[in-house]
Amino acid sequence: MQSQSNYIVMDERAVRRAIARMAREIVERNAGTAGLVLVGIHRRGVELAELLADEITKVEGQKIPLGTLDITLYRDDLSVIGPRPVIASSDIPQHIEGRSVVIVDDVCYTGRTVRAAMDHLADFGRPARIFLCVLVDRGGRELPIQPDFVGRHFDLTPAEDVAVLVPAEDGQLGVELRRTEPD
Amino acid sequence: MSRPIVLRGGRVIDPSCRRDERLDVLLIDGRVAELGRDLPAPDGGEDIDVAGLVVAPGLVDLHVHLREPGDEHKETITSGARAAVAGGFTSICAMPNTRPPIDDPAAVGFVRAEGERAGYARVYPVGAVSIGLKGEEMTEIGELVAAGAIAVTDDGRPVWDSGLARRTMEYTRAFDIPFFSHSEDLGLSGAGVMYEGSVSTALGLRGIPNAAEDVAVARECMIAELTGGQLHVLHVSTRGSVEVIRAAKARGVWVSAEVTPHHLALTDEAVRGYRTEAKMNPPLRSAADVQAVRDALVAGVIDCIATDHAPHHYEDKEREFDDAPFGVIGLETALGVSMRELVVGGRLDLIELIDRLSTRPARIARLPAGTLVEGSPADVVVIDPDERWVCDASRFLSLSRNTPFAGEELVGRVVMTLVGGRVVYDRRDDRKAAREGVEVT
Amino acid sequence: MTATVKFGKDLTGLEGLSVEQIATVLDVAEPFKEISERPIKKVPVLRGKTIVNLFYEPSTRTRVSFEFAEKRLSADTVNISGAGSSIVKGESLVDTARNLEAMRIDMVVIRHGSSGASQFLAERIPSNVINAGDGQHEHPTQGLLDMLTMRDQLGTLAGKKVCIVGDILHSRVARSNIWGLGKMGAELAVCGPPTLIPHGIEEMGVRVLKRIEEAIEWADVLNVLRLQLERMKAGYIPSLREYNRFFGLTVGKLEKAARDILILHPGPMNRGVEIDSQVADGPHSVILQQVTNGVAIRMAVLYLLAGGSPERAEAAKGGRRT
Repeated sequence: MQSQSNYIVMDERAVRRAIARMAREIVERNAGTAGLVLVGIHRRGVELAELLADEITKVEGQKIPLGTLDITLYRDDLSVIGPRPVIASSDIPQHIEGRSVVIVDDVCYTGRTVRAAMDHLADFGRPARIFLCVLVDRGGRELPIQPDFVGRHFDLTPAEDVAVLVPAEDGQLGVELRRTEPD
Repeated sequence: MSRPIVLRGGRVIDPSCRRDERLDVLLIDGRVAELGRDLPAPDGGEDIDVAGLVVAPGLVDLHVHLREPGDEHKETITSGARAAVAGGFTSICAMPNTRPPIDDPAAVGFVRAEGERAGYARVYPVGAVSIGLKGEEMTEIGELVAAGAIAVTDDGRPVWDSGLARRTMEYTRAFDIPFFSHSEDLGLSGAGVMYEGSVSTALGLRGIPNAAEDVAVARECMIAELTGGQLHVLHVSTRGSVEVIRAAKARGVWVSAEVTPHHLALTDEAVRGYRTEAKMNPPLRSAADVQAVRDALVAGVIDCIATDHAPHHYEDKEREFDDAPFGVIGLETALGVSMRELVVGGRLDLIELIDRLSTRPARIARLPAGTLVEGSPADVVVIDPDERWVCDASRFLSLSRNTPFAGEELVGRVVMTLVGGRVVYDRRDDRKAAREGVEVT
Repeated sequence: MTATVKFGKDLTGLEGLSVEQIATVLDVAEPFKEISERPIKKVPVLRGKTIVNLFYEPSTRTRVSFEFAEKRLSADTVNISGAGSSIVKGESLVDTARNLEAMRIDMVVIRHGSSGASQFLAERIPSNVINAGDGQHEHPTQGLLDMLTMRDQLGTLAGKKVCIVGDILHSRVARSNIWGLGKMGAELAVCGPPTLIPHGIEEMGVRVLKRIEEAIEWADVLNVLRLQLERMKAGYIPSLREYNRFFGLTVGKLEKAARDILILHPGPMNRGVEIDSQVADGPHSVILQQVTNGVAIRMAVLYLLAGGSPERAEAAKGGRRT
């Protein structure tokens, strides 16, 4: 038998601070808000993208276009994991041709989700630039992909896992470390 | 001639004289020589212990398809006659719908001679009613009978022309043979491939209504009444036919009827999954029809059980349901299925079942069989009535495997079959061989 | 993550599907509709899969719909049709199956004139088999797209009254509709000439309406079937004119309806026989929406069946989602 213990490693205030910082970094890297589009990856990335957009609007006074991506049909592991019946529609607000698109997700791990997201984006047009923004980078990459904006890095042991909590899905905002321990 | 044989200590069941007692049976020169208790061992003969087993007159099947000439890859006269004795049948009647059909005296002679040469069950040819089974011109029925035919039929197809059916039932009176009727109204059966009902509707398969048989059986009975000829209705499968035959018999019409083991045991539900081994004509019907034919067999409205043994090659059945041929084999399962369906539930005593599988069919076709009284041919079957066994089609002696009973448990098994006083099938040989095989290795 | 509803290897009919499976196909079809609206109508999910469209009967509509669905999912497709192909001609279905298998394909979409042909094939090859219509048995993707179209318009299928009109006896569309809609809680009726109503249909939970006027009075939805013109030659109906007068869906009959009735037709239509042009092109007709939904439903079915075996899905649960 195994048991699992959970620890909150970032509370709501810590997450909001990280988002506020990343919002400023994004605007700085993009030299303003011109041509900026935020695209959240279903499901938790969508909510994080909304928080980031609110933050940018607060600081810059500009409304930032938001989009969502469901990358289920772009995964490379259908025959390994089986179909996922719940597919949400992707919703990209306007032409992304020539714009700076920021892909927003909760956790960056192997990099395969991000690869699928970039493939998916390409079907909507050719952005001038794609950035990657994640709340948590837990390492363990299997592809040459690195995030441009990171909330926090975690070095995890094999017995550990990290999960981002968002209000709509989990009832709270935060980051939780989950440790599996033998009894 | 073969050596004398004593079958010692068995339960002799002979419906022809309503005998059911423990007796020894002495067979000499191809005949039943004597029945009695503690018969002395015959000089130079064989003494076979059959204690605990049933000794009965060999079974008689009025309705088998042997496929020779023309389709020897499905069955030959030899393989069919051998499968027959494995199923306890010592007399079988071969239907004429071969290629070419048995519609002339030479063909009748061929079937009879091949049957004799094979030396298993006695093979009695049934001649065609019409030349080429076309339903137009009558065959030389007298010549066919002279060559050995014991009945006439166009089985596989009905004699659709009522005028020809009338002349057949009139003309056969001169030769004392029955007309075997495949009773089907082709306009009603149409392109149907199974029983018309909720299962055919669900499967999207074209249906054959009961009326296709009922109407035709009624016509045959009316014509038999008109002509005074002897009518035998093949493979009765509907409650409607049963009522028609019951009424005709009550009026004194000379009519007899048979039912197959599969129509006694299975309903159209067996077709689900598009199982081509459950495709036959007439089709498997509803539960009410199964009940009706069982009751009719018990009551004597239906006289006997016949297999309608219809071998088909694996490839012919391994295809789309619409395109697969009609027919199932039955010689090697008839006894086990009939006992399971009729004797186990107490509907028939064993002696009554033997009556319907041997004595009555022999009388319908006037065959020298169906009895063990002294002086009768030594055609005998030895049965273990209690053995339960699983039907394994791969072990059939028939060349074909198209049975709907594969994998099912059957009750009552043939141990030994003798034709003309000679052992032509002995399952104990198989077992002995198997035992010796084990010792060698 | 919502619990995954498992699917078998094949889709041979709706009779064997559960309520949950049918609901899943309809739900999954929704996002697939959007893909066909994109400028680039393609997702890579079936990349590298090989699909054979094996059509023993001519059918432009169903074949094209499947082909679009396959191509929009990035599968490689091959079409084999009865007319003029040596693989079909004179070869038994079982031999064709073995040949296809030897070419290492992943899925077969089969249209065949014999009831049970898709099940026959499915039992003999390890590839996924999708029934695109077998004889008079079933046409499951048509049934599903009909249900999706009804659900789009009515919000739900439960409690809705659906009457299927026309040649029920020979119709695989009717059977798939009856199984599928029955499972989803719709009330069902059929209406047509008595010569074209199969025996025992009531045992499938269907009421039989004698006159089309009754059907119009009763139904929320009329699914009007194509009348094969050869039925007249075979003597099931005396003439097309008479059929139109007594069983055709005409404006005159429909005007008498107390409420709006949704009109479906699986196509291709015989205008002026089973349906009048004003009805087919009228405000309550969703016939073209059926065609659009057909592609989405077929994408959903291909996607769900291609997803590999439940065991593999189970085994993969150990790995984390990235």
